[in-house]
Amino acid sequence: MNINFTLIAQAIAFAVLIWFTVKFVWPPLLTAIEARQKEIADGLAAAQEGKSALEVAAKKSEITLNEAKQKASEIIGQAEKRGSQIVEEAKGNAKAEGERIIAGAKAEIDQELNRAKESLRSQVASLAVAGAEKILRKEIDASAHSEMLSKLAAEL
Amino acid sequence: MAIEHAEQALTPSSYIEHHLSFNAQSVGNGSFWVLHYDTFIMSVALGFIVMGLIWWVARGATSGVPSKGQAFVELVFGFVDDQVKNIFHGNRHSFIAPTALTVFLWVFAMNSMDFLPVDWIAGIVKFFGGEHAKWRSVPTSDINTTFALALSVWILMIFFSIKVKGLGGFVHELFCAPFGTKIWVWPANFLFNLIEYVSKPLSHSLRLFGNMYAGEVIFLLLGLWASTGLSGTIFGAILGAGWSIFHILIVALQAFIFMMLTVVYLAMAHESH
Repeated sequence: MNINFTLIAQAIAFAVLIWFTVKFVWPPLLTAIEARQKEIADGLAAAQEGKSALEVAAKKSEITLNEAKQKASEIIGQAEKRGSQIVEEAKGNAKAEGERIIAGAKAEIDQELNRAKESLRSQVASLAVAGAEKILRKEIDASAHSEMLSKLAAEL
Repeated sequence: MAIEHAEQALTPSSYIEHHLSFNAQSVGNGSFWVLHYDTFIMSVALGFIVMGLIWWVARGATSGVPSKGQAFVELVFGFVDDQVKNIFHGNRHSFIAPTALTVFLWVFAMNSMDFLPVDWIAGIVKFFGGEHAKWRSVPTSDINTTFALALSVWILMIFFSIKVKGLGGFVHELFCAPFGTKIWVWPANFLFNLIEYVSKPLSHSLRLFGNMYAGEVIFLLLGLWASTGLSGTIFGAILGAGWSIFHILIVALQAFIFMMLTVVYLAMAHESH
């Protein structure tokens, strides 16, 4: 329990150790730890940023999706409208064509009828002339009465 | 272990006395100029082993994923740094925190030597030609070590006090704190400060010394059981194991207290009253 030179020796050793720690041990550890702390803080901030960016992107994609849906339904509506329009048009065209055909047929029928009437008329006239000729052979001179006869035939 | 010293007519008190004496080497004339070279060699070796290991890890320290060794060193670093941060509110990284780390690790390492069996160490010393077969392996149970540390801290305390407040401020504080600046309280203030400045290094050093010395004495007393035969040896070994386990707490706690007091004293030196 006696104080002696060991005290001074130990104090010197202590001073050397403190110097060593201050100079060589503490700074690299401090640098490494602080760098890591900064790195972690940066990482967390980046993660937060990414999270918010993801949220924005999700919102944006939802908006875009809704727009696309709306557009699609619009296009479908237009297409349906156009389709029914085409069908209506086709129906109208068909009707007109049919009417035209019918009209043509009717005209032809009228024509045929008139021709038939004409031929019938001429036949009846000649028949009447023939009949009258037969009746009047004896009394009437054909040449004398031919004018009257042809008038008659024209009136038929 | 008793047989070893049979030729010395071993008694319990001579056994303990033997193991509590130092290997002293005179380095000059007079009773002061004596070096306890076992204390000195142990403390210097431990200091350089411990701080060297930390340095070795610190040199390769990466800010990326730390190795297990670096993680452990950082754990100690963070522990000390947190304690200093709570007490001292200046730039702790330039001196006080590294000093606290040095004190904590060094004292912890020196205290830990208490776990080594005294007679084994003595046996090794004798094997390598030591003449007395004794070796004080716990430097902190030498009053010179603890007093050297406390006195160094004390000098640092006065140094920082003068550095922060100036010599005038330091002297002003000696006479004007804690009771006030009136001239008739100057003697009381000075007396109080004197007592404080004397008691600080004494309590600082004697606390650590007392704990470690007492721990060593108890180990020696438990070692004495070996002289009563086989059952006594076993009984002593069991008690010694129990005391060792309890001593782990004391070793760590005293190192921690010594570090905290160092930080507190140095932090107080930075504060003006």
